[in-house]
Amino acid sequence: MSVMGLFFILLFSFAMLWLARQGVFASHWLEEGEVAHHGRADATAPPPAAKVGLAIFLAVAGCLFSLLAAAFFMRGDAPDWQMPPIPGVLWFNTAVLAASSIALQLALVAARRAEFERVKTALLIGAATAGLFIIGQIWAWRELIELRLFASSNAANAFFYLLTGAHALHVVGGLVALARTTDKVRGAGRVTRALTTSVELCAIYWHFLLFVWLLMFAMLIGWTDSFGVICRRLLS
Amino acid sequence: MTDASVPQNVAPPPAEVDDVELYHAHSWITKYVFCQDAKVIAIQYAGTAIAVGVLALVLSWVIRLQLAFPGAIPFIDANVYYQSVTMHGMIMVVYMLTAIFLGGFGNYLIPLMVGARDMVFPYVNMLSYWVYLIATLVLVSSYFVPGGPTGAGWTLYPPQSILTGTPGYDYGIILMLASLILFIVGFTMGGLNYVVTVLQARTRGMTLMRMPLTVWGIFAAAVMALLAFPGLFVACVMLLFDRTLGTSFFMPSLVELGERKDYVGGSPILFQHLFWFFGHPEVYIVALPAFGVVSDLISVHARKNIFGYRMMVWAIIAIGVLSMVVWGHHMYVSGMDPWFGFFFAVTTLAIAVPTALKVYNWVLTLWHADIHFTTPMLFALGFLVTFVNGGITGLYLGNVIVDVPLSATLFVVAHFHMVMGIAPVLVIFGAIYHWYPKITGRMMDERLGKIHFWITFLGAYAIFFPMHYLGVLGMPRRFYEMGETAFVPASAATLNIVITVIALAVGFAQSIFFYNLFRSLKHGAPAGGNPWRAASLEWQTPETPPGHGNWGAHLPVVYRWPYAYSVPGAPEDFLPQNAPPMSGEHSP
Repeated sequence: MSVMGLFFILLFSFAMLWLARQGVFASHWLEEGEVAHHGRADATAPPPAAKVGLAIFLAVAGCLFSLLAAAFFMRGDAPDWQMPPIPGVLWFNTAVLAASSIALQLALVAARRAEFERVKTALLIGAATAGLFIIGQIWAWRELIELRLFASSNAANAFFYLLTGAHALHVVGGLVALARTTDKVRGAGRVTRALTTSVELCAIYWHFLLFVWLLMFAMLIGWTDSFGVICRRLLS
Repeated sequence: MTDASVPQNVAPPPAEVDDVELYHAHSWITKYVFCQDAKVIAIQYAGTAIAVGVLALVLSWVIRLQLAFPGAIPFIDANVYYQSVTMHGMIMVVYMLTAIFLGGFGNYLIPLMVGARDMVFPYVNMLSYWVYLIATLVLVSSYFVPGGPTGAGWTLYPPQSILTGTPGYDYGIILMLASLILFIVGFTMGGLNYVVTVLQARTRGMTLMRMPLTVWGIFAAAVMALLAFPGLFVACVMLLFDRTLGTSFFMPSLVELGERKDYVGGSPILFQHLFWFFGHPEVYIVALPAFGVVSDLISVHARKNIFGYRMMVWAIIAIGVLSMVVWGHHMYVSGMDPWFGFFFAVTTLAIAVPTALKVYNWVLTLWHADIHFTTPMLFALGFLVTFVNGGITGLYLGNVIVDVPLSATLFVVAHFHMVMGIAPVLVIFGAIYHWYPKITGRMMDERLGKIHFWITFLGAYAIFFPMHYLGVLGMPRRFYEMGETAFVPASAATLNIVITVIALAVGFAQSIFFYNLFRSLKHGAPAGGNPWRAASLEWQTPETPPGHGNWGAHLPVVYRWPYAYSVPGAPEDFLPQNAPPMSGEHSP
């Protein structure tokens, strides 16, 4: 549960910073007449609703993965815990997911410059590499199953399937959104502001997925074991 | 006093979103069934929640009948008793209270109170309701499968919840877990909507610090729910895998009926952490909207501005933050490091500070006010008394050393029913009496409303107050039958009978409310747009009930906070939020 503590401290700081910028420290209720919406001095346009929605969704998904990590570290203490050998394909998958993330970032850069063809290519590359990542994850599962390391044979295996599965489902959901965005781009024939926003949202989500995967991968290959020991020392 | 950070020559930016491209219904089905209008979704949510709530009320009678007349009613055997306890708890906490406050009042009031045309993502909003409905149906369907619903208790603690001795082992527990997973998915969609709507769709002039406290309460509760429900989600998924795939997340090695199970090394305590990580914030997910609504009811019906608006907002935020770090106080009896228990006792008692602050502010709002004892006001005052009562017993139970002997007794039952059962339900009734005129255009009958209030309020006290004494005597909760004991006197059985008789009567008395609710639809007195002469934005709509898009051609512009009551020099005793400033108006 120390993981949750860290996650919440992070989230709470963001929320407080944001609340302050939104003017919760101002005394608008004491004033009459209109007051500006934001404490922003430059009166720039507020972020689109979809982007705020995504930010909040990421907080929820982050909470979900933090809880899974917390459970992983707490359960990892038991004497029966035996991590499965990590399939080598995961290293390849990590590289592929990173490539996917980079492709979407390039798509975003291209969209901001209104280079239509480049956006299209980058989106397709991003989708293809993400698809490849999913196939790679299924391959990793197959390898474990061939070694007769089932979810029921050890809790560590079960966590391997649970963590990678939960992450893969989020990637699949992202792929649906990415497919819709790609479809819209092809239909529009040129880069509009709404499309740029869509591409941006996809890119943000992809970076989030990469970040979660990197942490998760570190957990699975045992780089965070000493962190787990500290966690259990703190709260048990 | 002006905001220094905003240059005076820059006009305030227009409403934060371009008017949402409104969805328009084309047929009866899309207008009343698969509707994307938040107001219709709100009614659907509330209707479903009240329907399952009535089911849970009936289940509570089953529990009470068994406790008063053990074994006298043939169909209530131990299995039925435990199934009733489980379903009553789960339905009331999750499917009724959470759904009605956030899905019902949240959907109806947020867009109207912040001056929006609708929720920001109407399609997702509609989806949220339908997933909730499916979750409810899956839950109720467990009554129609072999073995019936699960009897594991609403906390679903493993290992017992997925072992064969527990009723509903075959299908009940699987349906329960599946239903909860669905509920959380549906709720996350809705919660995202409430939060983003509050952040993004506020009309011009409606700053965060001018929002009615109802919106603040629902907003904070939605944020907390978004962060807390993943805990239950993870717990349910892992428990489902333990039950169906034979994993050992929570299940230790054990022997059942002389047979060694395949589970090894799992940690039941891990489940408790995950469950209560959701379970405690859940109390405040229910309480914060109630706090908000009560603030508004008291202010409107006492014709006085809310005392300490800024304190009220920060108290809501503080309670929300603190409630995420107190879950351990549900696990004192599971055994923990004393320092760990100390930490949770401290955070638990610390919550009393912002909560007491709110109570003081409500009382100070009432002080020297022009109190109108309308039905909504009576319910708000009933809430105050009940909540203080339940809160004080919470202080007892927050201490490890007091909690350990009392934990398994009826004292705890009395405590949480007072604080998160009766208190929020009184607010729900008050809120329905208060906003019914806006929703339907007609008033509910005041005389019936007052009869309903007194029966419910006094009845609820008569039911739950004596339980404190039973608990202190050591009368255990969860027991199907007491049998012969040395420490419980015979008079306790008499008291149990009295409680049951009152519980049945109060339950039946709710039909007065339903009669009033349905009769007033057609025969209630026409309400007009603003029968309570309230200042907040939802009462200023051009049409009553509000039409599609809420605001006619132009969104309202907000000039002041929602509590401008009895302002000196004003023509009436309230100033609507969207009325242009009078010349020479001063800060309230």
